[in-house]
Amino acid sequence: MKLYDYILSPSCYKVRLMAALTDVKLDIRPVDFHPGAEHRGAALMDLNPAGSIPILEDGDLILTESSAMLVYLAARAAPEWLGSGTTEETARVQQWLSFSNRLTTSLGAARLHEMLLRPGDITELQMHGIAALREVEAGLVEQGVRGMRFLASDRPTVADIACFPYVALAPDGGVSLDPYPAIRLWSRALRSLENFIEMPGIHRLHELKPAPYIEPGGA
Amino acid sequence: MTHDAMIDEWYPVGLFSKLDAGGRKTALMGEPIDVARDAEGNARVTGGNGRPLPVCVRYGHVWSSLGAPQKALFAIPEADQAGRRFVDVGVVRVRCSPLRAVENFLDIAHFPFVHTDILGAEPHTEVQNYKVEIREDEVWATQVKFYQPQAAKSASGGITTEYMYRVPAPTCAVLYKTCPPRPGEWDVITLFVQPLAEDLCDVWPWMALYDDTTTLTDLIHFQQTIFLQDRSILENQIPRLLPLDPGMEIPTRADLTSVAYRRWLKRHDYTYGAQLVAQ
Repeated sequence: MKLYDYILSPSCYKVRLMAALTDVKLDIRPVDFHPGAEHRGAALMDLNPAGSIPILEDGDLILTESSAMLVYLAARAAPEWLGSGTTEETARVQQWLSFSNRLTTSLGAARLHEMLLRPGDITELQMHGIAALREVEAGLVEQGVRGMRFLASDRPTVADIACFPYVALAPDGGVSLDPYPAIRLWSRALRSLENFIEMPGIHRLHELKPAPYIEPGGA
Repeated sequence: MTHDAMIDEWYPVGLFSKLDAGGRKTALMGEPIDVARDAEGNARVTGGNGRPLPVCVRYGHVWSSLGAPQKALFAIPEADQAGRRFVDVGVVRVRCSPLRAVENFLDIAHFPFVHTDILGAEPHTEVQNYKVEIREDEVWATQVKFYQPQAAKSASGGITTEYMYRVPAPTCAVLYKTCPPRPGEWDVITLFVQPLAEDLCDVWPWMALYDDTTTLTDLIHFQQTIFLQDRSILENQIPRLLPLDPGMEIPTRADLTSVAYRRWLKRHDYTYGAQLVAQ
């Protein structure tokens, strides 16, 4: 299974992360994003007329939308990542998969503007980013009331992986995550998953220091 | 705040290979500038009021200055060695002091925590003793050794890498490191920093490597990975400006290079992006 990949792209990272979590081996093919703009070149435009990456190729199957790639990896290797299959949960997974595009066009664009000097109205992008973050925060809080820790279920699903990267990288675009405690706990839960991998800007959890030893009978 | 001394230095303002006639609007120390290619194919830099600024093209980049540079751009002799590959990594904007970007580049103690499993790994966190000196008015750190799981794209498996660091200009640092395919030679990795404002900079990493096997794309992705891991740390450092007042922080032995760099900045009155008095 071949992934046309760029190390700094959060959408490519979604696919790398999903593959790591579901133990699928990817054949990574780095794309000359800078300076060659290879993703706009004839060969890759043939695969994906939209001129975007990631692109996932598996035999005759060519996928150009990262959410579809997450679903494909999960369906193939670890269907529990698709959710339990109840009506409501299935709908919630779909809701967040579609919603994730709003994170890309707001927080993702703000990040490109602030980091790689892409043109854009930064105030507008950050404003839409904040609105989207507030929805994620509210969604997680509501899930907490239902006794669930993740966006669509009590276990992580493709919905979490679709939303996590652009949320976690919001500070790269000048949008702070400080006001969102539920997002920070959720981010911590995802980063603690076995086989979690990081990307530049998303740091792994380091071992916490052992708990201090307190003398019995002390204050 | 005075920044007279830094006004006359050379700064990177763009990649020469990416210049076009339309020009690129950017900034240098708070002044809007325009960097373009003229009809003869030469780089042209224009200041805020339309005045022409000094230009030099070297190490893949266009260099300019708001003042009148008293000397030529610092030399990197390795840039003229045959057989090396020169890599224009591109630009990354960082909301931090240009001096902090350089200082971070000089630090090795953060490798295991920020560049985990690439440039360092726990429990190999010890920074062994190394030497720092001022050599021909440049800051040099030598005999720096560190255990690294994957020191370079061309390295397979962990090795103890030896480094030398050099600061030839207030916002530029040159790193020499063990070159896995060619023992005896050094790979050269530089950090050229364009000060846009005192707390905002564009960083232009550049490399001159002996590596015949790794593709250019892999080399760029590797270096971008490293630098973007640093970016999120740099943007969260407090205070935003680099403190030059020794009362601000308590350095450890591992920070020798940083201490020398800060003293050298202070001695030259290189204070654009610095905090002079602890607040």
